[in-house]
This record gives sequence, structure tokens and C-alpha cells, in this order.
Amino acid sequence: MKSIRAELKTIANWIKPNSRVLDLGCGKGELLSYLQESQNVTGYGVEIEQDNIVASIDNNINVIQADIEQGLIGFEDNSFDYVIMTQTLQALRNTDVILEEMLRVGREGIVTFPNFGHWRSRLNILFGHMPITKALPNTWYNTPNIHLCTLIDFEDLCKEKNFKILQRSIVDRQHRNNAFNNLFPNLLGEIALYRIQKL
Amino acid sequence: MPNSIPDDSIGLVSPETHHFDQAITLEGGFTLPEFGLIYETYGELNTNHSNAILVCHALSGDQHVAGYNSLEDKKPGWWNAYIGPGKPFDTDKFFFICCNNLGGCKGSTGPMSNNPTTNKPYGRDFPIVTVSDWVTTQAMLADKLGINKFVAVIGGSLGGMQALQWAINYPNRVQHSIVIAAAPKLSAQNIGFNEVARQAISSDPDFHDGHYYEHNVIPRRGIKLARMLGHITYLSDESMRAKFGRELREGKINFNFETEFQVESYLRYQGESFVDQFDANTYLLMTKALDYFDPAKKHNDNLAEALKNVLARFLVISFTSDWRFAPERSREMVKALLDTNKSVTYSEIKANQGHDAFLIPNDDYKNILYSYMKHVEDSVE
Repeated sequence: MKSIRAELKTIANWIKPNSRVLDLGCGKGELLSYLQESQNVTGYGVEIEQDNIVASIDNNINVIQADIEQGLIGFEDNSFDYVIMTQTLQALRNTDVILEEMLRVGREGIVTFPNFGHWRSRLNILFGHMPITKALPNTWYNTPNIHLCTLIDFEDLCKEKNFKILQRSIVDRQHRNNAFNNLFPNLLGEIALYRIQKL
Repeated sequence: MPNSIPDDSIGLVSPETHHFDQAITLEGGFTLPEFGLIYETYGELNTNHSNAILVCHALSGDQHVAGYNSLEDKKPGWWNAYIGPGKPFDTDKFFFICCNNLGGCKGSTGPMSNNPTTNKPYGRDFPIVTVSDWVTTQAMLADKLGINKFVAVIGGSLGGMQALQWAINYPNRVQHSIVIAAAPKLSAQNIGFNEVARQAISSDPDFHDGHYYEHNVIPRRGIKLARMLGHITYLSDESMRAKFGRELREGKINFNFETEFQVESYLRYQGESFVDQFDANTYLLMTKALDYFDPAKKHNDNLAEALKNVLARFLVISFTSDWRFAPERSREMVKALLDTNKSVTYSEIKANQGHDAFLIPNDDYKNILYSYMKHVEDSVE
């Protein structure tokens, strides 16, 4: 099995074998390729960048070129077991709309995003700067991340939208999980993973 | 061309013809007592006969896909940019076949052929042929060539429709279906354009109700108009603007009805040069085949239902500026494939040349094909 970020391994553990999976913003298709091998899923990736479409084909996944900002009109209600979006949420314009779309098309949604509440970000702001960290490496003027949030913010949104949080995992930037992270997740977790469902 | 054949070309090729002595009943209920198909092949068929790819041609295409038929040819085959040694459709790896479709005018049985019952050319009496009829006759040709299964069936525009129909009609005989710049059926607008083209031809006084061969004339004005109209739909507003703008041939307007704008001159030239290359009756037949194409119709207009038994993996490609068969039309096919859990990859290539983009060199398009064709190669048994 090819080496894969721990974040992706966590997701694989959450997913039941043989399920039908949609991966929004699938990038080069590494996650789907891993899930096809490890969990025997049937999957489709959705991606906008031409180079990533080519890379996804190379990774032997089914990929659909589309802009997820336009919604998921090509997809029927409840037509997937899981709709996944890794490290994309914070770069979308209509974050809340797309979360709703995910849970319309999928019976469950899995999202991962960088936690803006991490102590390094907080420290940066305390000293008067927008954070530049390993998880958030861009400067304020050229970052694709326009909708950053903390764990608490995300969980508030879930409450407001009536999304049930089925599972949560917090990891550091090496995508490891440790006891400290879980003690003060909003302060110590760099990457957040959530599995959610419509109530 | 060519003083010398370019290295990346398949080189000199010549067509062959297979004659079928058996009668065939077409989808419309008519029977042809016998027929022939002219075809070209490129590359080597492997010992298992498992590396064959069927290329399907579009409305005005023919069996001459790549290479040159003679050193006097001005241009190579219609998809030469994509088929050849080391090209995305690699003749070093696969065996390609393309036949002129039944009803054609480039050597397969069609309206210009002799009707054995009257001993005159069929003319307008040639029966209407459908995309499904083409698929049936292509399969008969494959049988003759000892090819049980195509590792891929590929085509653009009307050719893409055949690639889709193949996967539906012969699920066990197609491993990959590559559908480019196509649509699952024509829109009212598409049919409207076809009808204007047909009216242009049939209202030409030289048409003689389709029996113009007997009068030793061809409906030149009609075919020319049909082609001029068609040509506009193959280009995009953007590419026409870039190519011609409002450029005037003499640099000024002359307040008369002569050819003044460059675009007029270009369209007239395109129309004129088509007249001697293409048969008017075949043009009528091809536009009817397009209008009738609708594989979902038999399945309560549910395309997903029509695709239920498909086994082929699909690559669907569209081009951003194509308004004849716009990307939305390709997405309809992608959606139907998704809804039935089929293997499908879809790419929407940025290109400003309109519908014609599927024939024109483009790096993004080539890269998609190169990557996908590795999977096709892996499927060769």
C-alpha cells in the first residue's frame, strides 16, 4: 500500500467497505485511489484544475471536471454513502451552501480543514499579524483560504444547520493524533476531521 | 502535401472494401439486398486480436482518418493530429479501423451506388440509416476482420454518438468508449439547423427530388449553403472574431452585394470546395441520422435506463466554446453514467475553436487522452 497522509487513513477508517463515495476537490485523486484499494469503494472525484484531472486519471480514479462552487446539480439526492471534502472547505466562496449540498447528495459528509484556533495562529494574531503556519502557509493577500474557521465556529455552524456530528478527529500537522490534541482540541489541533449527517 | 511524409504520420495508407452479400434490414424497416463498406486500418492487429480500436466518423468525415492516400494529397486524414505513431491514439500500440458509414459517399454503399432492383443509382430511394444501423454494420465488419471485442470505440460529434451507441448495443464487445464533443440527442436548435441545411439542398432546382445523377447535375447551390450554415455552427463567435473580425477584403465598404467581408469570402470558399467532395443525398441522410439519434427514447426518455447494461468504461470530453454540442450536453451523458454507477471520467477542455476543437491540436486535450489511453493499453488482453 502506498504511503498516505494520516488524515486520509483516518478517513479510510471511517468509511465502510464497498460504499459509494464522492470526493469534492479530489486533487490528484490520492484519497479515492487509496479508498478503492483499501475499502473497495466505488468512487468519483470532482475537480476543476486541468492538471489534477490528468493526475487523477493517472491514479486510476473516475474524475469529473466541474466547479463545485456551482453546486452539485449533476448529482441526485442521497446517491452517495459518503461525500468527502478534504482541505477545500476554507477555500470556497459559498461554504455553507456546499455543506448543505454535500448532505443532500450524500448520506454522510466528511470534511477536513485547518483549525484557525490553533495556538500558533492565535500567537501570530496576538503579535499583530495574519497567521502564516505550516498548515496555513500563504500570506493574507494571496491565500486561497477565504473562509477560515476554528473548531468551535464549525461546530456552531453544524448546530445552526442541524447537522449532527458523528465523529471528530483532531491531528497535528504531521497528521498524528495525540492525547494533548484531544485535551484542548481548539488550541492544539492543527487539522480537524469531521463526519457529519443531516439531523 | 507532401514533399516528404512527416515522421509522426502513419504515412501512405490505402483503403480496402468489404462486400456483404447478405441482405440487411435497417432500423427504419427497409432492406438493403447487399452492401459494401470501405475502410482504412492503421497499426498492427496483435495475435489475440485484442488491441483493436474502432474510430467512428462525424457528419462529413470518412474512412480516411490519418496519413495520406497519395503523395499528391494536400492534407492528411481528418484526425491526423491525434492518430499516428506516438500520438495520443498511438498506432504503435493499437490497431485502428475506420469505415465510411453506410449511406456515405466515399466508397461505402450509399445513394450514389447502384440500386440492383432498378440498375440506377439509389439517389433519394436510399433508405434512411440510423446510428444504430451504423453500429450494426460496423460490428459485421469487425466480425469479418476477426475482431470480437474492441478495446475502445472512439469518436467526436456524430462519431461520439456511435461510440455511445456501441456501448449500449454491444456491451460485451466494447471495453472503453471515448465520447468527444457529442450529445445524447439533438436539441430543437440542432434539428432546426439541420432542417435549414436540408431545405437548402432540396429546394435547389438541380436537386431533382434526389435523382440529380440521372440529369448529370449536382445541387451545387444547395450543398454550398448547407455547408456554409454548418460551418458557422462548427466555429465559435470568439474564433470567428479572432479569425476575421469585421475585416474587409478591399479595406472599405462599397455599398453593394459583392463579397466584402473576409468572413463571407471564407464561408463561400468552404461551401464551394465542399460541393465537389460530398454528395447531397448523403448529407441529407447524415443529418437525419443525427436528428433521430436518441438512445433514451426506447427507455421512457431515461438515458440512465438505456445505459443500465453498459459494461464499457467511459471517457467523455467536451470543449468550453462548443455551442453545437455544448458541455452541458456531455454532462447529461456523464450524469446518466453516474446515476447507474458506471465508470466515467469527464473533462471539459478550454478551447476557443467551438465544435471543431475536437479535431485541432490542444495540449490539455492531448494530455487527457495520453493518460486515459494508458488504461486502454492496460485493458488489452
